[in-house]
Parts: sequence; structure tokens; C-alpha cells
Amino acid sequence: MSNDLALEIKNLSKTYATGTVALKDVTLAVPRGDFFALLGPNGAGKTTIIGITCGLVNKSEGSVKVFGHDIEKDTELAKAQIGLVGQEINFNPFEKPFDIVVNQAGYYGIPRSVAIPRAKKLLEDLGLGEKMHQNSLTLSGGMKRRLMIARALVHEPRFLILDEPTAGVDVELRRSMWEYLRKLTKNGLTILLTTHYLEEAEQLASHVAIINKGQIVANGTMAEILALHDTGGETKEGYRGGRLEEVFLKLTSESK
Amino acid sequence: MTPYQKWISLYTMLRKDVVRMFRIWVQTFIPSVVTSVLYFLVFGTILGSRIGEIQGVDYMTFVVPGLVMLAIVTTSYANTSFTFFSSKFFMRSIDEVLVSPTPPWLLIAGFIGGGVLRGIITGALVLIVALFFTGLSLPIASVLIIAGFAFLTALVFSLAGLVNGIYAKSMDGINIVPTFVLTPLVYLGGVFYSIHQLPEWWQTLTYTNPLFYLINGFRYGFLGSADIALWISTGVLVLLISILAGLNWYFIKTGLGLKQ
Repeated sequence: MSNDLALEIKNLSKTYATGTVALKDVTLAVPRGDFFALLGPNGAGKTTIIGITCGLVNKSEGSVKVFGHDIEKDTELAKAQIGLVGQEINFNPFEKPFDIVVNQAGYYGIPRSVAIPRAKKLLEDLGLGEKMHQNSLTLSGGMKRRLMIARALVHEPRFLILDEPTAGVDVELRRSMWEYLRKLTKNGLTILLTTHYLEEAEQLASHVAIINKGQIVANGTMAEILALHDTGGETKEGYRGGRLEEVFLKLTSESK
Repeated sequence: MTPYQKWISLYTMLRKDVVRMFRIWVQTFIPSVVTSVLYFLVFGTILGSRIGEIQGVDYMTFVVPGLVMLAIVTTSYANTSFTFFSSKFFMRSIDEVLVSPTPPWLLIAGFIGGGVLRGIITGALVLIVALFFTGLSLPIASVLIIAGFAFLTALVFSLAGLVNGIYAKSMDGINIVPTFVLTPLVYLGGVFYSIHQLPEWWQTLTYTNPLFYLINGFRYGFLGSADIALWISTGVLVLLISILAGLNWYFIKTGLGLKQ
């Protein structure tokens, strides 16, 4: 089974030094080649799961495997499979997009002769061709997000993690990013997406997990999760018409 | 990662830091040169003529190794402490390396490599200024000892700066150590005097200052004599490098001060 999984999380727990329990015995599996949405309200534990998977947060208990490589025992192999687009803008704004992407390839051991054409192609594909040699400080919010996607893809990962990649991005640009991400999954890339735009998850993902207060409260295919939608029941406060949104509100308010 | 991939990763980190330090060369190299010019003017030219000889050489010649060392110590420390701190605190761009397969020891090597390079380049610039003030008549007992001590000292203070950068939680944490610890240690480590000119209790106290051993080892490379045996100075350097490298490796490996 684990050979078919891009991400395998078993009994993962995390308690921060402050005493905050972020994750409680989380078990989760992301199939290879899947577009997987991890949804939850703010502070539910999504970013902690991503942080542990990418080596940015230490886990308290449990195990995490990426394409069968344990993140503690086979750290280098596990990390080599992952590309991360974090929630916060985290590059040096005084560097040029081209340098940021080429340097990122370098940290994965990719020589400049290979990294340079790859970086150019990625930046052009993501609409940053004209900006690649300008200071990153001059980029708009949407351009910064796209730069982070280019940076995450330059080492050709098999597993792309997107932590709220479209936050603060306008509708038109968001749609074009959806198209780009769809194209990537068609080419075999596995994607784990966290987002607060539930219609985005509904459009893109084939599997969904909903996390609330550090625990997985629903997990299955998009069809299975949407089937939880009770058409006979009353709609919850804040409902805007999406079925996934209704299920989300139901599950996260039930476990409050 | 294969050894070649590791080399690429190290080269990337070094290249990035070197590009940065040369892009802002007015901030990274010039301040130490300006400071040393002032020291040479005040202590060497103006006061030095009244002090006379120390260890058989004029005061200007005596003070040169200490001032070169001062530049190496302060710039290599500042380079790693500030670049590491700013990459984890202001921009969080340290995540670029942390998410990659680059192992912890290589990340340490990348950051301290930049500090060592900046320390040695600045030291060389100060030495060039010193040649101007000494009329190109600086004695050299051993180029190997000069180069070796310059490299090892830059390494020690790059490692120390990295410990500071990893552990600092605010800009104050970056400034406190250089101001209240490093500067007094450098000035009281024998940059401007021989410890034989001090009262006995002060001499004894100076032996507890690690900077004293580094400055004297470096001075030995120029003058062929120093306040302390060369092997003791070398031993102290190696001990400091071992302790600081071990500390850094432990911090990065466990994520102390870096990961939550």
C-alpha cells in the first residue's frame, strides 16, 4: 500500500513548547498522482502537518513518509521529493526572481548549467519572464506567489505542497493558477493543497481531508465528502452555496 | 545527496553570500578599513612615536597584527550572525535551505564559509593599509603562520557568530554579544600592548581571554616572537573550533532556535 502513497502520516502528534496541542494522533494518506485538499479553519493544524513533512517543525510523536522515505531516517531522500510553497512570502526581496529560483535548485544539488534554463522556463511559464531580472521587491502579491511556485518546482519534485497559494490573489490570476496546477497533476505530480477558498478545493481536488482542532474529522474522495452534504438540513451561518462549504461548516462546527 | 550534489549546495550558499557582500561592499569591507586607518593614525603615527619599541619593534609595527586580527574577528562574526539572523527572522529565507536535502553540517559550512571569506578579505585590506603606514617595511617571520592564524581565527568567529545568529531572538540579541563581550575581549587581548607591561594580576586575568592567544599567534607570524608559545595559541584555536562547531551542529540538527 505504502508504494502507492506520496505521503503517509501515521499517529502524528505535535505539542508546541508553549503547551499548545496542534496535532492529535493524525493519520493521513495522499495517493500518488493525486490532487489532495487538506482543509480546516485557522489554527486547525494544517500548516503544522506541512511543517513537519518538510522538516520545518519537529514532531512530538508518530511517523511521516514521503514516497516511502521516512522523514527522520531517510531525510535527504524524503526532502528531495518535496516542493513547498509556504503560506508566508519567504524569499529575500533584494534578490532577483531568477537568482532565487536558480539558488533553490543549487540547494538540491542541481548545477547552474541545468538550473538556469529550467528557471527561465518556469518563470516564463508562470508569467514572470519580464520580471525575472528585476528586484523581487518590485513584484506584486500575485507575482510573489507565482515566484514561490517556480522556486518550489525547479528541482522537479514528485510531490508539491501548496499552503494557501492563492491567498490574496485576484480571481483571474487564481483561475490561471488553477489551470497551471491541473496541468502539473496531469504530468504525474502529486499535489497537497490547503486553502480557505473551498470552491477552489472543490474544483481541483479528487481527495479531501478536513482537520479541526488537530484532528482529522473527515477524509475521503471528493464525491464521498460531498455526499455528507445533507440537502434536507438547514444551511449553516455563512453558507454561500458551495456543497463542500456546507459540509465543511457542518463538520467543523460539530466538533467545536 | 551525492558528494557532487553536496558541493553544488555548498557552492550555491557561498556564491550567494559572496555576491551579497560585494554588492554592498561599502557596508561590508570599508568600515573596518576606515577604522584601521584611524587606529594607525592615532595609535601608530601620533602616539606611537612617544611609546617607543615593544618586543624589539616600533609601536606601529607591533600594533599591525592586532589591528588586522581585530578586523578579521569583528567582520567574520558580524557576517555569520547577521546573515543567519536576518534569513531566519526578517525574511525566513532560511527555509529555502531547511526544506532542501542539504544536511545540517553543510548548512553550517555554507554560512561560516561566507564569514571566513569576508574576514580574510577585510584582514587583507587592513594589511594593505598597514603596509602604507609602515612604509612597506612590515617584518614577516612566517607567511604560513600568518595565513593559518588568519584562516583559523576567521573560522572561530564565524562559528561563534553562527551560534549567536541561531540563538538570537531579536536584533538586540545580535548586538549585545559583539558590544559587551567581543569588543572588550579584543581590546583587552593585547592588540595595543604586550601583557608584560601589565601588573601581574592583570596578566593572569589575560590568560583567560581566548582572544589573547589568537592575537599572539598571529603576531608571532610577523615578529617571530609573542607573549605566549605558538603551540598554546594553536591549541586554544583548535579547542574553540571544536566546541563551536559541535554546538552549531547540535543546534541545526535538533532545530534549537530554528524549528518549532
